[in-house]
Amino acid sequence: MTEHFPILILLVPLFGALIVVLLGRERPEQCWITSLISLGLSSIISLFTIIVVLSDKVQTIRYRMGGWEPESTVFEVGIELRVDILAALVVFAVTFVGFVNTIYSKTRAEAEAQGKVPFFYALIQLLIVGLCGIVMTNDAFNLYVLIEITSLTSYALIAMGNRRAALSSFNYVIMGTIGASFYLLGVGYLYIKTGTLNIDDIRMVLGNDKLWEHQSIIVAFIFIMLGVWTKMAFFPLHGWLPNAYAYAPSMTGTFMAPLMTKVMVYVMIRVMLWLFGDKFVYSDQHVWGELVIWMSVIAIVAGSLLALARTDIKKMLTYLIVAEVGYMVGGAWLGNVTGQAGAFYHILSDAAMTFCLFIAASIIVLRIGDSRVNAFDNLFRKMPLTMIGFTVGALSMIGLPPTCGFFSKWYLIRGGIEAGQWEYVCALIFSSLVNAVIFFRIFERAYFGNIAGVKEDFSPSDSDANPDTSIKEVPWSMLVPLYIASVSVLLLGIMNRPLFEWIQTALK
Amino acid sequence: MDPIIANFIEENIVPKFNYWIYVILMMIGLYAMITKNNLIKKLIGMAIFQTAIILFYVSIGVKETGGIPIISHHGPDHHQEAEVHSEESSKNLKHNIIDKDKYANPLPHVLMLTAIVVGVSTLGLALAISQRIHKSFGTLEEDEILNELRPGGHD
Amino acid sequence: MIEFSFIPLFTWLVSLLAVPAILVFRKRPDAREGVTFLAAFLKLAMVFMMLPLIREGKILHFKFGEILPGIPIEFRVDGLGMLFALVASSLWILTTLYAVGYMRGLREHDQTRFFACFAISLSATIGVAFAGNLLTLYIFYEILSLSTYPLVTHHGDKAARTGGRTYLSHLLGTSVAFVLPAMIYCYWKSGGDIKFTDGAFLDGKIGSSDGLIVLVAFTLGFAKSGLMPFHSWLPNAMVAPTPVSALLHAVAVVKVGVFCVLRVFTGVFGTDFLQQLDVVTVITYIAAFTIIVSSLIALTQDNLKRRLAFSTIGQLAYIVLGVSFLSSNGVTGSVMHIAMHAFGKITLFFCAGAIFVASGKKYISQMVGLGKQMPITMIAFLIGSLSIIGLPPFGGAWSKWYLFLGALDAEQTAMAVVLVISSLLNIAYLLPIPINALFRSPPQKDEKGSDSGIKEAPLACLIPLCITALAGLLFFMFPGLGFELAQLITK
Repeated sequence: MTEHFPILILLVPLFGALIVVLLGRERPEQCWITSLISLGLSSIISLFTIIVVLSDKVQTIRYRMGGWEPESTVFEVGIELRVDILAALVVFAVTFVGFVNTIYSKTRAEAEAQGKVPFFYALIQLLIVGLCGIVMTNDAFNLYVLIEITSLTSYALIAMGNRRAALSSFNYVIMGTIGASFYLLGVGYLYIKTGTLNIDDIRMVLGNDKLWEHQSIIVAFIFIMLGVWTKMAFFPLHGWLPNAYAYAPSMTGTFMAPLMTKVMVYVMIRVMLWLFGDKFVYSDQHVWGELVIWMSVIAIVAGSLLALARTDIKKMLTYLIVAEVGYMVGGAWLGNVTGQAGAFYHILSDAAMTFCLFIAASIIVLRIGDSRVNAFDNLFRKMPLTMIGFTVGALSMIGLPPTCGFFSKWYLIRGGIEAGQWEYVCALIFSSLVNAVIFFRIFERAYFGNIAGVKEDFSPSDSDANPDTSIKEVPWSMLVPLYIASVSVLLLGIMNRPLFEWIQTALK
Repeated sequence: MDPIIANFIEENIVPKFNYWIYVILMMIGLYAMITKNNLIKKLIGMAIFQTAIILFYVSIGVKETGGIPIISHHGPDHHQEAEVHSEESSKNLKHNIIDKDKYANPLPHVLMLTAIVVGVSTLGLALAISQRIHKSFGTLEEDEILNELRPGGHD
Repeated sequence: MIEFSFIPLFTWLVSLLAVPAILVFRKRPDAREGVTFLAAFLKLAMVFMMLPLIREGKILHFKFGEILPGIPIEFRVDGLGMLFALVASSLWILTTLYAVGYMRGLREHDQTRFFACFAISLSATIGVAFAGNLLTLYIFYEILSLSTYPLVTHHGDKAARTGGRTYLSHLLGTSVAFVLPAMIYCYWKSGGDIKFTDGAFLDGKIGSSDGLIVLVAFTLGFAKSGLMPFHSWLPNAMVAPTPVSALLHAVAVVKVGVFCVLRVFTGVFGTDFLQQLDVVTVITYIAAFTIIVSSLIALTQDNLKRRLAFSTIGQLAYIVLGVSFLSSNGVTGSVMHIAMHAFGKITLFFCAGAIFVASGKKYISQMVGLGKQMPITMIAFLIGSLSIIGLPPFGGAWSKWYLFLGALDAEQTAMAVVLVISSLLNIAYLLPIPINALFRSPPQKDEKGSDSGIKEAPLACLIPLCITALAGLLFFMFPGLGFELAQLITK
């Protein structure tokens, strides 16, 4: 039974989506509970998968779709799913965040989807199928297909919002397609040279035939990297992200912001270590190691400064995502296991804290009706419960113990010191300080109110909510996800040692 | 013509003309996506871009002696009668009895079928979004849309 | 020698557990304050319980469990930690008594938040005192910065906001920018061990050039020690209510800063290794510079609390200077000065607050002749000043003497001169205040006679300041305990 877990994780939301669409015609009220059950089931299965993978005798689950076993060791047919502890952790993160987000969407779905509620739930579930598939697949082309499935559903989900969301989604379509197509192009070059599409196989063939210095392989690598970087919003290919995530309907934004770019980072790490192999990526003949680390330094600095300049909370958070992606790319390219493991741990940690912050921000924006930070006056008194959640996320972004943000910074800085990349270490510290300024500005506003007495221009902004005149706390269905997220931030921090050890062993 | 140029063309362009074509098409598509103002023109650029990659893949599978990669039971490789073809042909396939030089590589074709489907869905989705944009903004020109948004006070 | 014990855990836990109780009793101020007192007494009792064991030379150890690979959160109580814990917990009791008088006298708002944050801050302080490795130290250091922020910005007005900004930006900025990378670098260099053992974990594992950078990073990074150029958070934090200023900035927060520096010198590097590396001269000069400049600035300040703040900066720099001499006398002087200065300074702050409560005066120029109406307060101020200046028969004399000896041991005659000059400056900026108050008559120009309505400060404020003033006297006569605990470190 356990060997079928990978496919079950994919099938449950797939059928869930189907059922939701069918149900939507007759009983739209049931959509929410159906999604909840399907995603809950999926989370539980992925949790079991983690347990299975951790047990000594399993280590990695390999699942062949359709049972097509390879003819010989040279000739692979069929698509394989490969789940090791890294994949299992990310899959669990995806399904769990999806599940918690569905709780959040209970009250928002009708207002934001306006009659298309069943389609929203169907799309979210398909998105989760796509994301889980990306993480689990062991076939390079299948990866492309799943990336596109993920992208298509996300384009549609974002476009469900207001007219600005539609425009942002259009731009996302353009850039996302370029990214995915570059990836496809890279895979094409790889196929020409290796003749296979199975990831493990490709690495073996590259190693056997010493194809590493071959021009096409280098070109393939560059194209694949460019494609993946576009999809993860690595500066300067990040242009689509701020608008797409900031204007997306809140229930979509809270799901996509933590996950999509992080899964793409996972893809990058997989490509680097399992598709091409670390001997190829980090070898001294290629000049790109230093280059990429400098690019990530620029990404971190630029993302932090751009976030600092923003007055809209959601835009601010999206630029912070850009900076965080910089952390992860830099960490992965440091060349040592600490850096890679740190980058991977940061995938989980950043997912948790971004989720926490996005939910908190969405709740606040809904209640105040204004997404600008200047409107946050006295929130500590008016919405204390929400602000506690927000504070936990903020402290994690700044990197204060015992939140998970501190520990991922610890690992990344350690990796940077070990690799002697001091510019990366400085960039991380710079980013922590800028984050501290950003968030303490917000805290001051929420704590002290507008004591400067400056008259501000409160012309209506573009958020799509009717403000509540008496700012009270929000319903439990919104607070519970926030608290689950905050608790995860703290738990991931406290539990970082076992997690890190699992990650390290998988990477060796 | 100058012999150096002729030599250059003969060695670098003619044997690799499929790559040249796909690169040129890709650049045209990219150019359209980035510089054109009209949203639909951008989408056309996107379609051209994706098509270029599809052409690239398909061109990989070409062989000089190869034909359509469909195994015909009435063709030169047919050894058995039609009724028992399933078992026998599969045995043939298993033991690589087919002459692979007679068929173009089918795998890129299969992959590109998928890619074409993906491209079509993306295009359809993008057109639907454009329709929505047109309904909201009244125009499909990007500069006019941005103008409309600017006085709204976004940051 | 190293014994496992639960007592450090409970000592730390006591003030933390007080917090929910304080929140529960928010509508009943007497019960709420009672909780704080109870917690404070319990804490002091537990510290006393550990004292005999420490004096025997034992080290009490408690481990929470590994939070990073190879690094647990652990407590390790030795002589230095014990001294600091004694000072902090005893003064917590006195400050709570004082705070009750002060806050109620002024009818301050948000007292529940005030006392709750106080308790958390004390927990963090004990956490630092008992920290067994760099990571634990760092975590509690940061928690202390955060938990004191609501205290500093208590008044909630524009000045509080600005003061709070300077406070947090300086403290968080330096710790994240300097201490964190230095700590990780040490972790890497020492092969994953950052425990404060007797041998000091960096011994022999680091070179001169990076040793210097790491040492400076740590010293400046622990900006709570008030060394220049990162000192300005301290005078700006004087916007806080005086009980906050008293405990946290004269005792807990700043002492945490110098305590961390002491730990770096003795537990991370080790004084012998530092002598070999020959890198401490930089620190000596930074400390000396801070001493002189802060004393000079103190002379120019008319706001009493600000003058005291700059005095604190100078006094803290003494502690850093003493430890940079790397001699046993110097370190002894530093350690004792932690205690002496704590009691002396808190006396001065208590007096400043009492003056404000009773008369509303903040500026020294207004305090001429005040001794007629507030004799007890002013006498206590005089005693506190003498202790800080370092004149017998007050405790400060011992620590100054040892610092001086330490300077001579290290053949730093220039520094000995610095010590003498700064003591003279101390006299110049401290003594005139009580002398003017007690021995000169107030200006008669005030026809409204508002001055005549001033009485002595409320009892709840008077008692603590008398106790601490007396403590200064007692320390002179019975310095034994302080010596013992200091020697445990210098051995």
